[in-house]
Amino acid sequence: MAKITYHTHDNKTHTIDVQNGLTVMEGAIQNDIPGIDADCGGGMACATCHVYVKEQWLVKLPAKEDGEEDMLDMAFEPKNNSRLSCQLIVSDELDGLEVNIPSKQG
Amino acid sequence: MNKTDVLIIGAGPTGLFCAHQLGIIGLGCEIVDNLDKAGGQCIELYPDKPIYDIPAVPECTGEELTNNLLQQIKPFNVKFHLNERVEELKKNKNRWHVKTSGGVEFDVAAIVIAGGVGSFEPRKFSVKECEKFEGNSLFYSIKDKSIFKDKTISIFGGGDSALDWAIELSNISKVNLIHRRDGFSGAESSVQKVKELYDQGKLNLFTKCQMDSIIGNKNIESVKIKHDEGEIKEIKSDYVLGFFGLIMQLGPILDWGLNIDKKAVQVNTENFETNINGIFAIGDICSYPGKLKLILSGFHEGALAARGCFKYAKPDEKLRFEFTTTSKAAQERLGIKK
Repeated sequence: MAKITYHTHDNKTHTIDVQNGLTVMEGAIQNDIPGIDADCGGGMACATCHVYVKEQWLVKLPAKEDGEEDMLDMAFEPKNNSRLSCQLIVSDELDGLEVNIPSKQG
Repeated sequence: MNKTDVLIIGAGPTGLFCAHQLGIIGLGCEIVDNLDKAGGQCIELYPDKPIYDIPAVPECTGEELTNNLLQQIKPFNVKFHLNERVEELKKNKNRWHVKTSGGVEFDVAAIVIAGGVGSFEPRKFSVKECEKFEGNSLFYSIKDKSIFKDKTISIFGGGDSALDWAIELSNISKVNLIHRRDGFSGAESSVQKVKELYDQGKLNLFTKCQMDSIIGNKNIESVKIKHDEGEIKEIKSDYVLGFFGLIMQLGPILDWGLNIDKKAVQVNTENFETNINGIFAIGDICSYPGKLKLILSGFHEGALAARGCFKYAKPDEKLRFEFTTTSKAAQERLGIKK
């Protein structure tokens, strides 16, 4: 279990306990946090679960797999701290992770 | 006017298999899809990626699955209407009158929405001013490349479309290729070709840059691009092209009065009919308790929806359940000669 904080574009903050093994994307979808579409359902094929990771967390996250960076090319306003939330699997190590959800996904 | 029993919206695996099930029970159908080919997400998002969970098929790619489904529905001569998006829907007595973006019209007894997560639309620039130039000097796809002859073109993106057009247009135009990072996702041979052209001075390359703003009145005069480190450059451009892949949008389906929850259409699990009689929804677009977004679930949903369509298409007939192994009628429809 890890506490994940999602900052949505309407300046609201949602802090949620997400079970280990789920993805940061699933944590958002299951708790109705707006702004993450996840159209392809976690297949790294659509870039609509794009989030900005709070800077201090960037180094603590597992490295991007092949394909994630390619998909981020398609994301809405990608930045250096962009990740696809479907590729971030929750574990105790991610307790306290904060992500910002972009204004839109496409 | 195309008159048939059922209109299927979406030519992905679920829509294709539903066409098969309709054919087996003796109903005709036509299929509309916004893409230029059949296959839906399988062909657009992952044609080369292997799929491992199609029953009795240990491994196949999205493209192979699509080709096999097309082969399977061949006996039914299903008519496809590609590059068309369904726009309008009107009830006309016991039938539906449907019109597409390209003006194709249908008169059908029932509709099966197999639209995945929506129709594929090009992903657009986030810069607001871009809308003003869209279709005039800013494009997300190319219909007639001759308009670019001897002009300056700024191409944004790093995938195959961006690279292929940068290479192609460098023969007739002055090309600037702009991408947000050093790496490209396009084919390695195209990346090499672009680097060669850059070394020979035949195109300009700006990496770690994204669009900042666009300048011009009626037509584009220049674009400002911003480097990762903050530096802004203004580059003269007659045309701007953006290739950021496709995004899926529900579009006009939202306005049809269907019960929609979180971008999915609610259905019953008896025959996958929606809240509107005669309109069914199957595959990724439908939602019900326990829904799994798997291709195999879409096949099951299509088989039941096809039978649900029967009473609308042939109200005076009774549908008898039959197996393809033994049914003479089904085998005749499949064109099997014994």
